[in-house]
Amino acid sequence: MFKAKITVRMKKGLLDPQGTAIGGALKSLGYSQVKEVRVGKFIEVSLNAKSKAEAGKKVEEMCKKLLANPVIEVYSYEIEES
Amino acid sequence: MRFGVVTFPGSNCDYDCYNAVKRVLKEPVEFIWHADKKLDHFDCIILPGGFSYGDYLRTGAIAHFANIMGDIKKFAAKGGLVIGICNGFQILTEAGMLPGALQRNKSLKFICKNIYLKCENNKTPFTAKLKKNQVVRIPIAHGEGNYTADNATLKELEKNKQVIFRYCDEKGRVTDEANPNGSMLNIAGICNKKRNVLGMMPHPERCSEAILGGIDGKFILDSIKKSL
Repeated sequence: MFKAKITVRMKKGLLDPQGTAIGGALKSLGYSQVKEVRVGKFIEVSLNAKSKAEAGKKVEEMCKKLLANPVIEVYSYEIEES
Repeated sequence: MRFGVVTFPGSNCDYDCYNAVKRVLKEPVEFIWHADKKLDHFDCIILPGGFSYGDYLRTGAIAHFANIMGDIKKFAAKGGLVIGICNGFQILTEAGMLPGALQRNKSLKFICKNIYLKCENNKTPFTAKLKKNQVVRIPIAHGEGNYTADNATLKELEKNKQVIFRYCDEKGRVTDEANPNGSMLNIAGICNKKRNVLGMMPHPERCSEAILGGIDGKFILDSIKKSL
């Protein structure tokens, strides 16, 4: 068994209204140090695979096909043996 | 001509579309369940609004892999008419049948109100009954209608006249103030290069009868009828 820890983020330069709202809330709590907040998604996928490399290949496919939308998002992941 | 309205789990404008075709346009129409196949006897497929699969992951992302979508791609490739309204537009972009993506509204708010649209191209099967630059009033109801694409895609859309509707004010002025959701270039609806697939965030089926407070949506229904 392997566990993939996948992070999906909005592409740089795209407006992130959620991040902006959260940034505003942090500032109103007194965190004047905050420059920018960007919100993304964290997805954990547990999967069966013969090797870490095979798991990586499958996760790469999953990201491309479904988990991230390449028009607006970028993804990265780590794979752990579990 | 025969219309098909696709129902996904979570679609909620399917009956509105069905009603608009059956009672207003007076054309035959059937519901198509998302797990079904065979679209051979249809002329126009409607992907209705709603929250297919609860909008999980991203709007339209999971519906894109519903059983029926492979056949809808084939249907469109053969020249069949496909119109995606609201969630239907989101599904068409996720499926790669239309370019770009629909992001969270700039205001983060769900917006449900009448807005004005300018018809930028009336040489499509969906807009033939409209005049170029005609302004119509049609309601929107969405939280994720902020049209986003990279510069190359936007250029391509403009060059091929694929931008069909833009948000504007009552007088047809395309301004930031008239843009309800932050869409790039005020884009409210686009079509594919072949002009047989249209995606739009506003809901023509909600304003096709006077009793519903407007009839401008009927221009789009009538255009489709005329084209076939």
